[in-house]
Amino acid sequence: MDLVTLWFWLIALTFTLYFFLEGFDFGVDLLRPMLARTEPEERALTGTIGPFWDGNEVWVIAAAGLMFSTFPVWYGAVFSGMYPLFVLILLALLLRGVSFEYRNQVDSARWRAFWDWMSFGGSLVPSFLWGVIMAKLIEGLPVDGDGRVEGGFAAMFSPFSLVGGATTLLLFMLHGANFLLLRLHTDTVLYDRARRAALRWGALATVAIVAFVVMGYVTEDLFEDFGVVPWAFPVAAFLTLASIWLALSRRRDTLAFTMSGLTVLFATVTVFIALFTRGEVLPSTLDPDFGLTLRETASQHYTLVLMTWVGAIFLPLIIGYQIWNYYVFRERVRPDEGALNHGY
Amino acid sequence: MDVVELSRFQFASTSIFHFFFVSLTVGLAFLIAVMETIAYVRSDRREVYGKMTNFFGHLFLINFAVGVVTGIVQEFQFGMNWSEYSDFVGNIFGVPLALEVLMAFFLESTFIGLWWFGKDRLRPWMRLASIWLVAVGTQISAFWIVLANAWMHHPVGYEVVDGQARLTDFAAVVFNYKAWLYFAHVQGSAWVVAAFFVLGISAYHLLRRQDTDVYSRSLHIGLVFAAIGTVFSVVSGHTEAQVAREDQPMKFAAMEAQWDTSESPAPWSLFAVIDQEKRENPFSIELPYVGSILAYNSLEGRYEGINQIEEQFDAEYGEGDYTPPVAWVYWSFRIMVAIGSLLLATAFLGLFLWWRRRRGLESTRWYLKALVLFIPLPWIANFTGWIVTEMGRQPFMVYGELTVTEGVSPNSAGEVLAGLIGLWAVYLALIGLDVYLLTVTARAGIHRRPEAQLVAAPAPDYEGTGFQEYEKRN
Repeated sequence: MDLVTLWFWLIALTFTLYFFLEGFDFGVDLLRPMLARTEPEERALTGTIGPFWDGNEVWVIAAAGLMFSTFPVWYGAVFSGMYPLFVLILLALLLRGVSFEYRNQVDSARWRAFWDWMSFGGSLVPSFLWGVIMAKLIEGLPVDGDGRVEGGFAAMFSPFSLVGGATTLLLFMLHGANFLLLRLHTDTVLYDRARRAALRWGALATVAIVAFVVMGYVTEDLFEDFGVVPWAFPVAAFLTLASIWLALSRRRDTLAFTMSGLTVLFATVTVFIALFTRGEVLPSTLDPDFGLTLRETASQHYTLVLMTWVGAIFLPLIIGYQIWNYYVFRERVRPDEGALNHGY
Repeated sequence: MDVVELSRFQFASTSIFHFFFVSLTVGLAFLIAVMETIAYVRSDRREVYGKMTNFFGHLFLINFAVGVVTGIVQEFQFGMNWSEYSDFVGNIFGVPLALEVLMAFFLESTFIGLWWFGKDRLRPWMRLASIWLVAVGTQISAFWIVLANAWMHHPVGYEVVDGQARLTDFAAVVFNYKAWLYFAHVQGSAWVVAAFFVLGISAYHLLRRQDTDVYSRSLHIGLVFAAIGTVFSVVSGHTEAQVAREDQPMKFAAMEAQWDTSESPAPWSLFAVIDQEKRENPFSIELPYVGSILAYNSLEGRYEGINQIEEQFDAEYGEGDYTPPVAWVYWSFRIMVAIGSLLLATAFLGLFLWWRRRRGLESTRWYLKALVLFIPLPWIANFTGWIVTEMGRQPFMVYGELTVTEGVSPNSAGEVLAGLIGLWAVYLALIGLDVYLLTVTARAGIHRRPEAQLVAAPAPDYEGTGFQEYEKRN
């Protein structure tokens, strides 16, 4: 495997980790208005992701930063080409990020309610738009002969990209509910509500992912060049998704969370396999010849060598201390006490 | 406005808003790490320093989140608004940016959570290590981003092949002398921001005689940092101006509003009315010799004027307008220097009062009042400093290689304008909230009665030190 291929898959890995990690903290925020009825419950739910969300969010900055350094042309084309979507994601993330910090700074119910809506909306918008962006990557953008992308807001939305958005949104909700099953004390009402939410949203997520795969197959020729082995990924995504229902009904919480995590992983990898097998990281909707290929968007060899050293040193280190972070805060949260004494 | 102007405005506003929060974060992280270290080492004073860390830590946290989220905008906008620039420099510029994320952002965002939420779970030495990792992380982050910025001012270790800058020597990029100079300046000024923040708040409470045991100590820590920070900023800033005369002569000439090459010894303009259209200063008050001292540390020496440099640039890069907005650069530079000098004097006056006699500092009320008023000054100096350095290099994005117009994304102006309006609305709200919450929290001070707290939670248990909480639990 040469360095260009290696870095393509490392970027795929970074995006996958981002969706895996921030997926569940988005999910918790999205479920909170439905699950929490009282103030201690609100705070317990926020407390489940309190020490983690910030570290999770950095993965998207890493994904963008690594893309910039290893595939600058791809990075520039994707980010400028989907300008309106990224602006919306940024606005949402800005408001969401501060909502955690500011929610409890002023002792007023209206103030708290305002920030609860900010964190809900701040999770809803990116959860949906990341799916739209992934779908648009497969579908392609209007790339012209000079590799420039003509953006435009209306061009961002097609039936396929809307289904893509719904898929990530529902999948993150399911993933968030499964995460809550690991983080909440099992003898609380909140835990039971989270379980019911997982079953309900899991069913909808299954419908959405099936629709996405079928549409991808029919209208986008998503799997046209897939070999037998790559086909395993969308199939595996579906199987893991289906197994969640089984795990939930047998009250195997860890298994359910692992499975929703794997679904996120297989789904994201499917998108990147599609880009890889076509050899075009950004197809053009204007003319098939204008699409950006992996090689022509990549950095020079020297930069890739440098980045490989950097990645080899720091990525394992980061994953290591983040795992330790989760280990330190492994204790389950309960609304009546604990976990919230200092913070959020 | 066209897409270039709008994108420039967008980039400038994001950078300035981002830096408003980040300069405080970078400096304060270090001060808090020092406070916590004293709390750890001096077990006899643990309670006092514990309260201090909790109080300033609370303020730190209010500010930290906004710094993180505005940083995402900062990073995304290279691709969003400057995709042609990204194409041109990606081989080089992306590397420090990626290093910043991998070496610093993860460290900061993970260990800040461990430090704050882990009070009752981590051994005291682990908590101490966590805040130090956060502090070190913020400095590493500042280093890489400043290095990336310095490369745009003074590109090294590259060659241009097929319209792309290709990296030839990464060591040259890392050891770019300009990067280290900028880093020293940015770092020093971040310490100044944080030190005067701590000083002002401590002075406020000392004036009201609240918790004098805590605030007189934080005043001392703040003074030490203020002295180191101001000296660092002034020395590195002076050097920066001198190297600008060599490798960015246009910026230097604009700083001085010097239209034609000066005589030797060169005077220094204290106040000037600038007419950019006629390319002259109708009115100027000048101090003899100071210009040469500033440029050469000597009583003689001339430097080139804007008109002469413009001719050279026309010959070198083709006909065009290479004159930056002179009045902006000229006045920003003067405001920055004036504030810097004032703060340097203030810090050393404080050290003198502290040394003169015991309790002398805490009972000099006019000095304490001045400290409260001075809280915003370092920020103003920062903004004006960035205006000097960034406007001074116009029209270049990468000095001598790529102009701003060449670097912009092929977006439509309407698209960028819509985004700009959204971002401004949120930025203004965030900056307002940040200032409001910092003020409220800072004025409330270390409260004893929970019901007196306007601030509900993550308001720490100010009485606890964290160390005790660990012992209580384990």
